[in-house]
Amino acid sequence: MTEPFVSRGFRGRRQPSAVESRLPPGQYETPDFPVLSAGPTPRTTLQTWDFTIRDRNGATARWSWDEFKGLPHETITTDIHCVTKWSKFDTVWEGVSVDTLLAAASVRGVESAPYALAVSDGAYTTNLPLADLTGGKAWVAVKYNSLPLTPEHGGPARLLVPHLYFWKSAKWVRQLRFMERDQPGFWESLGYHNYGDPWREQRYSGD
Amino acid sequence: MDSVLVPPRPRTISWQLATVVSTTIETPRARTLVLQVPGWAGHRPGQHLDVRLTSEDGYQTERSYSIASPPEASRIALTVERLDDGEVSPYLTDVLRVGDQLELRGPIGGYFVWHVALGGPVLLVAGGSGIVPLMAMLRHRAIVLETGDARMRHNVPARLLYSARSWDDVFYRNELTQLARDDETFEAAFTLTREHPAGWNGFRRRIDRMMLAEIAWPPAERPQIFVCGSTPLVESVAAELVELGHDPALVKTERFGPTGASA
Repeated sequence: MTEPFVSRGFRGRRQPSAVESRLPPGQYETPDFPVLSAGPTPRTTLQTWDFTIRDRNGATARWSWDEFKGLPHETITTDIHCVTKWSKFDTVWEGVSVDTLLAAASVRGVESAPYALAVSDGAYTTNLPLADLTGGKAWVAVKYNSLPLTPEHGGPARLLVPHLYFWKSAKWVRQLRFMERDQPGFWESLGYHNYGDPWREQRYSGD
Repeated sequence: MDSVLVPPRPRTISWQLATVVSTTIETPRARTLVLQVPGWAGHRPGQHLDVRLTSEDGYQTERSYSIASPPEASRIALTVERLDDGEVSPYLTDVLRVGDQLELRGPIGGYFVWHVALGGPVLLVAGGSGIVPLMAMLRHRAIVLETGDARMRHNVPARLLYSARSWDDVFYRNELTQLARDDETFEAAFTLTREHPAGWNGFRRRIDRMMLAEIAWPPAERPQIFVCGSTPLVESVAAELVELGHDPALVKTERFGPTGASA
């Protein structure tokens, strides 16, 4: 039997159990809100911003910024987990539930499908099963700590899917595109896990 | 059904044990660890790996570090900067010694990557320890060009703009100046934001638009650009490059080190 590996001389900072139980494997808690993105921060004006949901046949539901603001908003307090290892507890967001958006889209003849691709300004994409976007699990967030989302944190609007690693919470989101078959998005094509459950430590392809 | 296409199961990136074979002090706060990693899968310049530390009572924590060595090297080099309140970096810079084992897995990341086959020109912009993944690119480039023909050299001209607090905080200082001296298609410019040695004739301020315009190729030449450093540096440099007319799709960014200001 092999002995489990121990890093010689490493003591570490074991967290109180109340913290530890909220940290998925391999994560540490940070009070900061680090910024991560693969390229320059896109800057979209609210006059040109819109949000659309598009089905496989090209039918769309579209909201301008003003129309979007008129939808019912919810306040969400949640822990978030980034694949780069930091977690942040009790973050407070405000946004529109994806359930609300899908219900409105369905009334406009947009047909749902088992998968969706979130498409952002700056050509970023991420894929999610519909089941992870519905049932009170996902939002299009426009505020953080009661203030409009800053561009570097994804403003005007970002997806918020806190039960998955945070790259799934696409910054600068502009569209949800329904797909019959799952298709990898940006990071999912570059070695990151297709689903990204932090509690199963699904960081990279093959995890 | 006679043919069902099943995509190949992705290769699992497994944890493995590396051995520290040497260490080098780079700056008063940074140390390079040279690791022997049996069966290393190979990497591309710009990629990183995950390190996992385990204490005797089974507590574990993980962090990511960029790889400083080129794919051509037989050993993996990491350069780690000590964050005074860090949990992992002080262990790597101050406790770990030659002969110790370190658990890691990688390589990771497929976007912030450059190699000679991708062509040039290539502009590298580093802040502080953000030089590390860019160094892997420069070392790889130098090795490939040493064995290639002259035309290849002119296909991948490279420029580096490196911001550090002082000359003592510059990683790989001798190697970079030597590379710039020996290779007419590589230029290195330094800016020191806090302290300057006597007779310093480089830049003395934070990277700004004017500096980028002076160092970068014109946008029409479509340089591939890699920016790595702290979030404020990366945000500002990337925004200025776009303002100067560079195609955002050619500007790749990676952020590093202490997180600084919160939301």
